[in-house]
Amino acid sequence: MSALTGRVWKFGHDINTDLIIPGFAILLPADEQPRHCFSANRPGWVDEVGAGDVLLAGRNFGVGSGRAIGDVFVALGISCVVAESFNGLGLRNCINAGLPSLPCAGVLESFDEGDVATVDWLSGQIRNDTQSRIVQGQPLPRALQEIVSAGGVEAALRAEGYLATP
Amino acid sequence: MGMTSIEKILASHSGQASVQPGDVVVVDVDTAVYFDFMRADVQRIADPDKLVLLHDHMVPAPTVQSANMAKQMREFVEKFGVKNYFPVGAHGISHVLVAQEGLALPGTILTNADSHTCSSGALNCLARGMGGSEMTYILCKGQTWFMVGPTTRVNLEGTLPERVYPRDIIHYIPGQYGDFAGRNLEWHGGGLAGISMDGRLTMATVSAELSAEFSLFPYDSVLEEYLAGRAKRPFEPVHPDPDAEYDQVIDIDLSALEPQVVRPGKVAWNSVGVGEVVGQRVDQAFIGSCANGRLSDFAIAAEIVQGRKVAYGTRFIVTPGSQTILKEAVRAGYVETLMEAGAVVTSSTCGACFGGHMGLLGDGEVCITASTRNFQGRMGSPTADVFMASPATVAASAVTGVITDPREL
Repeated sequence: MSALTGRVWKFGHDINTDLIIPGFAILLPADEQPRHCFSANRPGWVDEVGAGDVLLAGRNFGVGSGRAIGDVFVALGISCVVAESFNGLGLRNCINAGLPSLPCAGVLESFDEGDVATVDWLSGQIRNDTQSRIVQGQPLPRALQEIVSAGGVEAALRAEGYLATP
Repeated sequence: MGMTSIEKILASHSGQASVQPGDVVVVDVDTAVYFDFMRADVQRIADPDKLVLLHDHMVPAPTVQSANMAKQMREFVEKFGVKNYFPVGAHGISHVLVAQEGLALPGTILTNADSHTCSSGALNCLARGMGGSEMTYILCKGQTWFMVGPTTRVNLEGTLPERVYPRDIIHYIPGQYGDFAGRNLEWHGGGLAGISMDGRLTMATVSAELSAEFSLFPYDSVLEEYLAGRAKRPFEPVHPDPDAEYDQVIDIDLSALEPQVVRPGKVAWNSVGVGEVVGQRVDQAFIGSCANGRLSDFAIAAEIVQGRKVAYGTRFIVTPGSQTILKEAVRAGYVETLMEAGAVVTSSTCGACFGGHMGLLGDGEVCITASTRNFQGRMGSPTADVFMASPATVAASAVTGVITDPREL
């Protein structure tokens, strides 16, 4: 299923990795990191976000370090990230985690927070179900869509026997 | 159609005659760098001789957890017979070490799970930070993918004025042009001849804050001299074709620049001339990290604090980029000068820069730093403010206790 429907959370430009996973949180076990996501800029958000929600952001999303931001969003239930533009490393880390991600110029002004979005991440079509509007994103190249479809990088390595089965 | 240097390296490493913006390429990785942590569940690896293992963020281990991680890395080194391993005592920040040890080489591809890997672009080396899971993929398979982005050509002309540094150039650009997400930077122009390897490494490192995919310097006499007797393997430098296509050309007259300060929170569209923020109180001044922990940074800081004292109420922390740099700074007398002034000189680590250890900020505190990031919460408390500037501006601010123009001290 390439069409994902969920409630929209809006964030601004230049959302960085220190906001997504604060420095102190990288020292914590992986399963404890997600609850510190956006604790500096939007305290309490992790208690409100739910399974299937869609994260919308502005330009330069994910600027910063190599922290596994995709894993954190997946753990919080985010089904898809759409941003006006992505930092390259931020995008890689969403793809690595098997998280559908889509650059889309003009997406921020097409949604209010809380609107319902249906995102076809393979074709790039994004529909605002609440306001009945459509915007067109730029779908990932096929090779990268395949990594996402496989569930991310580690799933692929495990399937080929490079990593021990847990 | 001609290719840029970046396109040439991507083509040669993906077995293609040419590549162009929009392509996704699968490339062979020449050098893969791992810091602090190695997974215990890896069954087989592609080539131990392409690996570089070291400790930098959590060194010497500040927690039991990090001590156990270091132990696990040493076990990995033994198990797979990794030759390029830098234990505590020979440690340094990964990007500083690979340059210093001649392991980041022109025309090659280097990856690392740290975002400032673009640092090695100063060595005409195509280098990029990756996620941890793709570094595991490279460990196992020796390959990764890149999206080929358009390249901006930056021409530097002229000479920097007194007390203006390469750090100021790389702050000026995002202040004027914003971020370069999805795009590359290639550095050109006659002004490069006057920029040392230390300065180029600073600029390439901070290119991560401009969101550049790659940031590549040319192979010229400055780089050739740096690599003589240092390069651990033979290499083939790359040069752009005369008809290479660039999406944008930025011309910068170095002689017109003044010291730049990046205000707290973000880097794109956020730099100002130092004059706009002079007088801002600072609780901490920091020089260190892969951006500015090199010998020339020690020299600048020592020259500025010589015969002066760090202001009461301000702490000044200086962290070298490697154990070797610390040794050289001791030998040159810089460490003594800094300590006489009241600075703290630490062992080499990423420590304070990522808010890990060795100099965090408290609630509401203000820091001026020549490290890599000014994001909210980056260096400790989420209510602290981090300004970024050159080591000269940081040292000048340390002795006055307020942000200070180093030209006026």
